[in-house]
Amino acid sequence: MAETPARLALLRRHPLLWPVVALVALLAINVVANPGFLSLRMQDGHLYGNLVDIARNGAPVLLVALGMTLVIATRGIDLSVGAVAAISGAVACVYIAGAPDGGSVGTAIVACSLALATCVALGLWNGFLVSVLGIQPIIATLVLMTAGRGLAMLVTDGQITTVNNSTFAGLGVGFVATLPIAILVALGVFALTALVVRRTALGMLIEAVGINPEASRLAGVRARTIIWTVYVFAALCAGLAGLMIAGNTSAADANNAGLWIELDAILAVVIGGTSLAGGRFSLAGTLVGALFIQTLATTIPNLGIPAQTNYLFKAVVVILVCLLQSPRVRHALRVRRRTLPMTAKAGVA
Amino acid sequence: MSQTQTPAAVGSGTPAPAREVAPVAGRPAAAPVVEMQGISIAFGGVPALDDVALRLYPGEVHALMGENGAGKSTLIKALTGVYAVDAGTIVVDGREESFTSPAASQAAGISTVYQEVNLCTNLTVAENMLLGREPRRFGGIHTRAMNRRARATLDRLGLDIDPASVLGRHPIAVQQLVAIARAVDVEARVLILDEPTSSLDADEVARLFTVMRTLRDQGTAIVFVSHFLDQVFEISDRLTVLRNGRLVGERMVAETSQLELVKLMLGRELATLEELDREVAETDLVDRTATPVLQVLGLGRKGSLQATDLSVYEGEVVGVAGLLGSGRTELARLLFGADTADTGEIEVHGTSRRFRSPRHAIDRRLAFSSENRRAEGVIEDLSVADNMLLAMQASRGWLRPIPAAQRQALVSKYVEALDIRPANPDATMRNLSGGNQQKVLLARWLLTEPELLVLDEPTRGIDVGAKAQIQQLVADLARRGMAVVFISAELEEVLRLSDRLVVMRERRKIDERLNDDVSVSDVLELIAGQERPTDQERPTPQEAPRG
Ligand SMILES: Nc1ncnc2c1ncn2[C@@H]1O[C@H](COP(=O)(O)OP(=O)(O)OP(=O)(O)O)[C@@H](O)[C@H]1O
Ligand SMILES: [Mg+2]
Repeated sequence: MAETPARLALLRRHPLLWPVVALVALLAINVVANPGFLSLRMQDGHLYGNLVDIARNGAPVLLVALGMTLVIATRGIDLSVGAVAAISGAVACVYIAGAPDGGSVGTAIVACSLALATCVALGLWNGFLVSVLGIQPIIATLVLMTAGRGLAMLVTDGQITTVNNSTFAGLGVGFVATLPIAILVALGVFALTALVVRRTALGMLIEAVGINPEASRLAGVRARTIIWTVYVFAALCAGLAGLMIAGNTSAADANNAGLWIELDAILAVVIGGTSLAGGRFSLAGTLVGALFIQTLATTIPNLGIPAQTNYLFKAVVVILVCLLQSPRVRHALRVRRRTLPMTAKAGVA
Repeated sequence: MSQTQTPAAVGSGTPAPAREVAPVAGRPAAAPVVEMQGISIAFGGVPALDDVALRLYPGEVHALMGENGAGKSTLIKALTGVYAVDAGTIVVDGREESFTSPAASQAAGISTVYQEVNLCTNLTVAENMLLGREPRRFGGIHTRAMNRRARATLDRLGLDIDPASVLGRHPIAVQQLVAIARAVDVEARVLILDEPTSSLDADEVARLFTVMRTLRDQGTAIVFVSHFLDQVFEISDRLTVLRNGRLVGERMVAETSQLELVKLMLGRELATLEELDREVAETDLVDRTATPVLQVLGLGRKGSLQATDLSVYEGEVVGVAGLLGSGRTELARLLFGADTADTGEIEVHGTSRRFRSPRHAIDRRLAFSSENRRAEGVIEDLSVADNMLLAMQASRGWLRPIPAAQRQALVSKYVEALDIRPANPDATMRNLSGGNQQKVLLARWLLTEPELLVLDEPTRGIDVGAKAQIQQLVADLARRGMAVVFISAELEEVLRLSDRLVVMRERRKIDERLNDDVSVSDVLELIAGQERPTDQERPTPQEAPRG
């Protein structure tokens, strides 16, 4: 009997509690509006349904948010991810469009590798600005955020480059073993990241650098290398997301691919419980956060509200999250909770 | 007062004998300004305070005593509204209060300097001192008036600090003094100082005491927390002792001896100090003809240290004595590569090295424990285990995590050896008491098994029992071959431990000698030069980014 309340108390303090509650509540709203919302169906060996759509459309945001989580954990931020995604798609599409056998598997592989290599270079650039030159992350990555779209335009010559390669398109729309490839790739990267970060000491060192950079430096942590690494990783994730987005439409749109995705990613990270002040991070929280954002985007039209108002609802979410993270609000909530038992005790005495 | 008074009698709020109520002889018994009764606080089910009482009278200095983790800081935070209490009453000036924030308690006339100085390092000294009550003009802040007012308060404390300088550029001790200046600047009825003297030199302590006495005579009730018993006996009128979150008793200082007080705090007697003294004195077995573990020639950095030579041999403890701003911390930081030197050579075991960062120094088996625990030591949000293993893990690289079994073995070994409380490796570092955090940081460096250990104020905020234990530990490590550079503002401690003594003044080494029968007054004379320096001659901190 004593164990259940203890376990309940633990659950109540679990950091993932509120993000999960929010996600479930959002799904519940959808079910009320549309009772068949959660139903899944099998067609030609492929799984379809709203849930699958949410996961597939949310895959790019999840990927970008994964990289963003680690960057934010080091007290940084990467605003350039949207631009990097656009560059990545542009590089791949332009290569495929120019290749002699534009439809082959090999071309797709080379194109993707080329795109990702470009992203690594872009990540190295961001990391250099932040960790070696010591420029504030928000400014350092603003450089690539603004210049990146121009770079993508240069690559595509200002045209929307369309390609015809089923392997490449598969990244966005294909299926493997009943599930969309995009979901599998995103979950694969998520699992791999979680494994590397938590099974090695990388996660702890990232957190140490984020919480107290000077103390970490004095303890011999190679903060510069770690910070550099997370920016490269963030760019790589963004590049992968860019390939998915381009694969989805079989086209590279330098202006619109991955537009505002950095904001969605940051929001996903914050909803997931990782503080923008750096330090402790939660990859699982980011997963829930990304799903929440995508579910929100699906909910609005599902309720019959014009999809353009999506931003309005996101703004409400941002305000709520900020309020919940504000020390003053938290303090007010906590004090109320802690004083209640005290007055109760006083009443008994 | 009789020694037989039981803790329970005080704890249960029985009215105390009348003469205990009169805090200072010759003063009329007044009503207490603060009366805390039956205070209990638990964190996650673990009690930190259990039925504790505290009474403060106008015009007294009241020492709050207890070992590391006894609950002193928690009791203070309960009073000032940082923590809500689970049970108990707080009466201020006859009115029951439950402050919901530190600001609320400050508005009620309780001015507090917390143990971990929490100022804005990117603001100026004056801005920090007057934050929230800046003098205004034309709707904006009147900077000149602000600096003038700050200057006046600093002068009162005898501090030669430029009010317009940025706080973060000053050493931690100066920051602490600024926090104190901020607290005494408001006309408070209750002034709380949680370990204000933990990194101050004798002169600063003396000045602080002068100000405290003035305030006391004006009727302020002052709470004073310190692990320096001499200071407690010098300044306090009454004291309250806590042990393991419980009230042990309330005493008049004049009627209590140091020995009794230690016994009250620890619940046992303290014997080790004397023994250590004898051992160190008898065992100067250091071979100074061998190659030194570390040798520096002309090590210097503009504005912080003039060219300095120093050798440290295997098994030797080199004590560094000097006032705040004398260059003692700068020397340590340059040895370790925490700051980069402009000039000079560093040789480790006879091989020339350049330390461009702490990483390089650690790779050469050096370790450096900073004096600034909060800014340069603890990783607050990580666990005790992670904090302890950080330097070791950083040396192994992220790809080679320390296996779980080894982690556990290492952590519990040091938790036990240094008596870290709570003995829970998963506890968040932020929640440990100041002294226990310091022990974890020591463990962090011992775990790297260094050949040269540079300790800057390693016993800062550590209680009497543990201090003896740590001094013993340093002596043992040296006997087993470790070279140690030991820096402390507490000269007795430096003299007790060192085989050799280096004296610093005005950012350079002025003397170096074997420590046979050097006395504290000898060192004070050296530190002071021919005559004790006046305020004008003292190195001013604004020229000196670090102490
Ligand atoms: N926020 C917190 N969460 C959990 N435990 C806490 C918290 N604050 C304090 N404690 C615990 O309460 C106990 C008392 O801590 P406190 O800081 O009051 O000690 P202290 O007497 O000030 O010691 P020191 O001399 O080392 O400063 C310690 O065991 C500490 O770990
Ligand atoms: Mg304390």
